[in-house]
Amino acid sequence: MGLTIYEKIWDMHKIASDNDRDLLYIDRHYIHEVTSPVAFERLRIYGRRVRRPDLTIAIMDHNVPTGDRTAPITDPLSLEQMETLRKNAHQYGIMLLDYYSPYQGIVHVVGPELGLTLPGMTIACGDSHTMTHGALGALAFGIGTSEVEHVLATQTLWIKKPMAMEVRLMGRPGKGVMSKDVALALIGAIGSGGAIGHVVEFRGDYVESINVEERMTLTNMATEAGARSAIISPDEKTIEYIRGRPFAPASEEFDELAKFWRSLATDPGAYFHKKFEMDVSKIEPQVTWGTTPAMVASVNDIVPDPSSYEDRVMRVSVERALRYMGLKPGMKITEIKIDRVFIGSCTNARLYDLIQAARVIKGKKVKSGVRAMVVPGSQLVKRQAERLGLHRIFIEAGFEWRNSGCSLCIGMNEDRLSPGERCASTSNRNFENRQGPGGRTHLVSPLMAAAAAIEGKFVDVREFEILPLEEIVDLDLLEKLGYGWMLR
Amino acid sequence: MITVIEGKVAPLPIENIDTDQIIPAQFLKITKREGLGKYLFYRWRYDEQGSPKDGFILDDPKYSGASILVTGRNFGIGSSREHAVWALIDYGIKAIIAPSFGDIFYENAARNGLVCVKVREEIAKEIIEEALKREVYARIDLENKTLSYLGKNIGFEIEESVRKRLMLGLDDVGLTLELYEGAIKRYEEKMKSYIKIRKGIFTPL
Repeated sequence: MGLTIYEKIWDMHKIASDNDRDLLYIDRHYIHEVTSPVAFERLRIYGRRVRRPDLTIAIMDHNVPTGDRTAPITDPLSLEQMETLRKNAHQYGIMLLDYYSPYQGIVHVVGPELGLTLPGMTIACGDSHTMTHGALGALAFGIGTSEVEHVLATQTLWIKKPMAMEVRLMGRPGKGVMSKDVALALIGAIGSGGAIGHVVEFRGDYVESINVEERMTLTNMATEAGARSAIISPDEKTIEYIRGRPFAPASEEFDELAKFWRSLATDPGAYFHKKFEMDVSKIEPQVTWGTTPAMVASVNDIVPDPSSYEDRVMRVSVERALRYMGLKPGMKITEIKIDRVFIGSCTNARLYDLIQAARVIKGKKVKSGVRAMVVPGSQLVKRQAERLGLHRIFIEAGFEWRNSGCSLCIGMNEDRLSPGERCASTSNRNFENRQGPGGRTHLVSPLMAAAAAIEGKFVDVREFEILPLEEIVDLDLLEKLGYGWMLR
Repeated sequence: MITVIEGKVAPLPIENIDTDQIIPAQFLKITKREGLGKYLFYRWRYDEQGSPKDGFILDDPKYSGASILVTGRNFGIGSSREHAVWALIDYGIKAIIAPSFGDIFYENAARNGLVCVKVREEIAKEIIEEALKREVYARIDLENKTLSYLGKNIGFEIEESVRKRLMLGLDDVGLTLELYEGAIKRYEEKMKSYIKIRKGIFTPL
C-alpha cells in the first residue's frame, strides 16, 4: 500500500516510540520573542544547553512595532521580550533576525522565503500557524512553550501520531475567488474542530493549479479547522519556488535534492482516515460574520438567525457572537459598514497577496473615514513591493504602508482596534477581542479587503474591475526579482 | 502527581472557547508562568477600563471554589499559548471536561498537570445542564479512568502517555536526555548533510 507524504516524513524522522507517542527529530526550530522566554529560563534553571543552536532560528515578529524603525520602542514589555530574545540568541549562538534586520518578518513568511524551510523537513515553532510551512512539503507543528524547551534541549519532540485527512479541492475558482475564500468555505463546512487530531493534506487539481504563496494561505488556515498540521506534496511549482532562495541548496546540490523532494509526494492508493471533497467552482467570496472562522458566509448571503439552530450550545454561541459583533439576524453581509482595513498577517501578506489587492486599489481612493493599512509579511516582501512600485498604489489610495510584523492580527503592538471598531482583515482569527478589546473582525481575502476599503462596506469584489497584472507591475522586473512563477 | 481529582463543577455552556478568550494576548508579554490566574477569561470578567463586569459564571458565588470546568466542543482551540494552561491552573482549575480539545492545548495541559477529560457530547451537555441548575460535584479517577458525577460512574478514554505523565509528574526533557541521547546522536550522524542550514547567499535587494 502507498504512503502519504506525511507518513514518509514521519517515518524518516522517528527516533523512538513510547506508548502512544513517537519521538521525532526536528530539522528546523523557529523561535520568537513571546513563547520562548520561559523555555530559556527553564533551560538555565536546569543547567541545560541548547542542543542544536545551528538548527534554531530566532525571529522577532509578534509584538514588534510596525511604524518607523528608527524611533524608540515605547512599550516597555515588548521591548523587554525583544531584548530577552536578543540576549538568548547571543548567549546560545542562535541565528537572529532582529527587529532591525532587513530580513525580519513574520516567521511563517520568512522561513519559506529565505529557503530555510525545505520539503521533507520536520519543523516546530511555538506558534499555532506553523503548519503554514507545510505548503512546501514540510511537516510542521505548532507547539507550546514546554515543547519549545524540549526542542531546544533535545532537538526532538514527543508527539502522538495524528491521523491523516485528505481534503480534495477540485475545479476552477471563479473570478475574484482566492485560496483564502476556499479556506474559509472549507472551515465553514467542516467546523472549527473539523480537523482536530489530523494532518490535513490538500490535494486535487485546484491545489495543483495555484501557486505556492496561495497554497500557504490554505495550510495556514487549516489551523482554524483545528488541524494538527497541514501539508501539500511538493511538485515542480514547489521546486521552482525554492530555487535560488538565500538558504536554499546551491545549484549542484539542488537537483539531487529536488529528486528526493519529488519522491516524497503521496503515493497513489495511500490511506486516509478521513476524506473531504469540495468543488471550488461553486465557492463565492467569503466574509466571516461571527467570532470563529467557521462562522462564515458568502458575500451575497445574510447574517444567520440564532433561533434556526436546534442545538442549545450552538444557539448560545451564535447569539453571543452576533451580540459581540453588533449584527442583526437577516441583515445582508453587503450592508455591513467597516471602519478599518488590515492587509497583513502570516495568512495573506506575501507579495502575491499585495499584488492582488493592488489590482483593485490602483487609481481608487480609500473611503473617507476608513483607516486602511498594509503590513507586509516581511521586510523583504516590503522591499520587493517597493521595487515594483506597489507602495505608491497603496499610499496614493490612502493606505498606510508599514513595516513588517504580526501587527493587527494579534494586537500585541500598537496596531489595534478600538472598542466597537469594525475591521475587514486578511488575517486568520476573528475571535472576540483578538484585534483589540471590543474590536470586531471580519475575515476576508486581500481582494475583498481592498474592495471593502474603497466602498467602506463589504461588497462583492466580482463587481469591481480587477486590473490585469501588467497594469500593476512591470512583468520583466517581476521575473528578475524571482517571481516569474507568478506569470506561469 | 495526580491520582484523583474531586471538586465542584462550573459550567461554561459555549463551544469553541479559544485560547485568546482563556487569556488575551496582552498578558503574553509576562515572561513568568506564575500569577496568571487573575487574567483568566479576562475580557469576559473585566471591561475595557479593567472594571469587573457582572454576570460571568465563574464569578457567581454559586461556583466559588469550583476546580472542574465542563464545557462545549473544541475547548482550547486557536493559539498555542501555554499561558492559557498556566492561567487556568493558577486560578485553581484542576480538570476540564469537554467533548473535544484543541490539540496543542491538550498537550500543554498534559505537560503541566491539568487533567483534560474527553467525554461524549451528551455527557458534557448533561453535566452542563445540571450544573446550571444546582451544585454538582465530580470525581475523576486517573488510576481507573473513571468519571463520577450525580451518582453516576462512567469510564473515559485517555492516552496512556498522558495518563502516565499526569500520574507520575514526569519531566519529559530530563527523561529524553537520559534515555534517548544515543538514538538522537545516531540520527544526527546519519542525516548530517540533510539537516544542516546552508550558508546564506544573499543577492543585493
